[in-house]
Amino acid sequence: MKIKSKIADEQQMLRSLTRLAHEIIERNRGAKNLGVIGIKTRGDFLAKRIADKISEIENLHMPLGTLDITLYRDDVRQKLKLPELRRTEVPFDITDLNVVLVDDVLFTGRTIRSALDALIDIGRPNTIQLAVLVDRGHRELPISADYVGKNQPTAANESIVVHVVEVDGVDEILLVSEEPSGE
Amino acid sequence: MAQGMNNLLGLRDLSPEAIMEVLDTARSFREVLERPIKKVPTLQGTTVVNLFFESSTRTRISFELAERRLSADVVNFAASGSSVSKGETLKDTARNIEAMKTDVVVIRHSSSGAPHFLSRFLKSPVINAGDGINEHPTQGLLDMFTMREKFGELKGLNVCIVGDIVHSRVARSNIFGLTKAGARVGVCGPKTLIPDYLDQFGVKVFYDVDDAIEWADVLNVLRIQLEREAGGNFPSIREYRLYWGINESRLEKAKRSLVIMHPGPINRGVELDADVADGNASLILDQVTNGVAIRMAVLFLTGVKSS
Repeated sequence: MKIKSKIADEQQMLRSLTRLAHEIIERNRGAKNLGVIGIKTRGDFLAKRIADKISEIENLHMPLGTLDITLYRDDVRQKLKLPELRRTEVPFDITDLNVVLVDDVLFTGRTIRSALDALIDIGRPNTIQLAVLVDRGHRELPISADYVGKNQPTAANESIVVHVVEVDGVDEILLVSEEPSGE
Repeated sequence: MAQGMNNLLGLRDLSPEAIMEVLDTARSFREVLERPIKKVPTLQGTTVVNLFFESSTRTRISFELAERRLSADVVNFAASGSSVSKGETLKDTARNIEAMKTDVVVIRHSSSGAPHFLSRFLKSPVINAGDGINEHPTQGLLDMFTMREKFGELKGLNVCIVGDIVHSRVARSNIFGLTKAGARVGVCGPKTLIPDYLDQFGVKVFYDVDDAIEWADVLNVLRIQLEREAGGNFPSIREYRLYWGINESRLEKAKRSLVIMHPGPINRGVELDADVADGNASLILDQVTNGVAIRMAVLFLTGVKSS
């Protein structure tokens, strides 16, 4: 993996997330009846920041959950190594709620497809909206995001890496080129 | 990244890391069991065969539920009413079923080593659901899972297994698994039902049940297996109950609180009194619930790899 360029630093990432929070409030005319759910393992940290921001702006407590989609992936049996199973933790009833699903990068759309299945198994939301920090294109399924932090066209051999301070020690978005032998 | 497993034959040949991986994976499945829709699509298109050559209620239903909750296709086989009664061998039975393009085999058999034997010639992963007096690995794992949920960690925990140790595959899987996880294991029972190989595993032996109660955080009480002729090893059921049966008055004497586990089925009023089995200290039904999660984890770690 070779770093080609830094797309966003800490400041720019913070601004994007703040804008996403504002857009979510605007679209939903407030934040009542709203819940934010992040997809593990980077989306959940971004979801927490967006939820905190919405709570701050609207002066309420935003319900926050995390989703592990491993069991719903369509490629779980094609990978040589098993992905580590984490836990879905949604401590509120999503039925009749407007759920904002948060992920770091929107690419083929397959992760989101799995996440939709996973969500529908735990309740029946009123709407599901999708917020992503980066949309890198190359969709393989008819899925699009409602809120996009940054549109970043990429080549097939490139990839987007989002680092968050909670696990990586730094907030940044990188454009990298994959080694030919990459996963 | 998870490692997965090729087979689950016993806890004796599993590494401590592999055991912990099953327990950690099972926590995710425990959450699935609390959902309104208790089903995930992970093993869609995978066919699991349950080969039960010996009677079973809990284990068979638990495995079948685990399989169905992972969306696998399930085939149940019971020895009675099959061609086994016409003289077909275990090897032929298993190979014929596998030739119908099944993916995973779960086997319970009264002969120790039957799952190991199958694993030598089957392409499918083999999961041991209890073999003779050797091992019952998923029971061992679910016991460990239940203890870990209750106490936070297994390291340093004093676990005493009470009853017919020599005929018990549950005792063996508990001993292998718990010692690998850093727990201290003791056994307690009549001398005739304590095997002589325990020293090599560092297992403490109690002949007086009150001493065991004094020492233990967990009492894992085993069924007196009358069908395995344990009856010849002590004078009478009444006498067993008098000396080894776990009852409220015995537990009241203990200085510290302990929890009671039992793999089932219980002989109420023999190894365990009804008020203890149904009391606050009993984790018996938690064990049953956790069993489904453990079996989902084992099927996930073996089954996903196989397809």
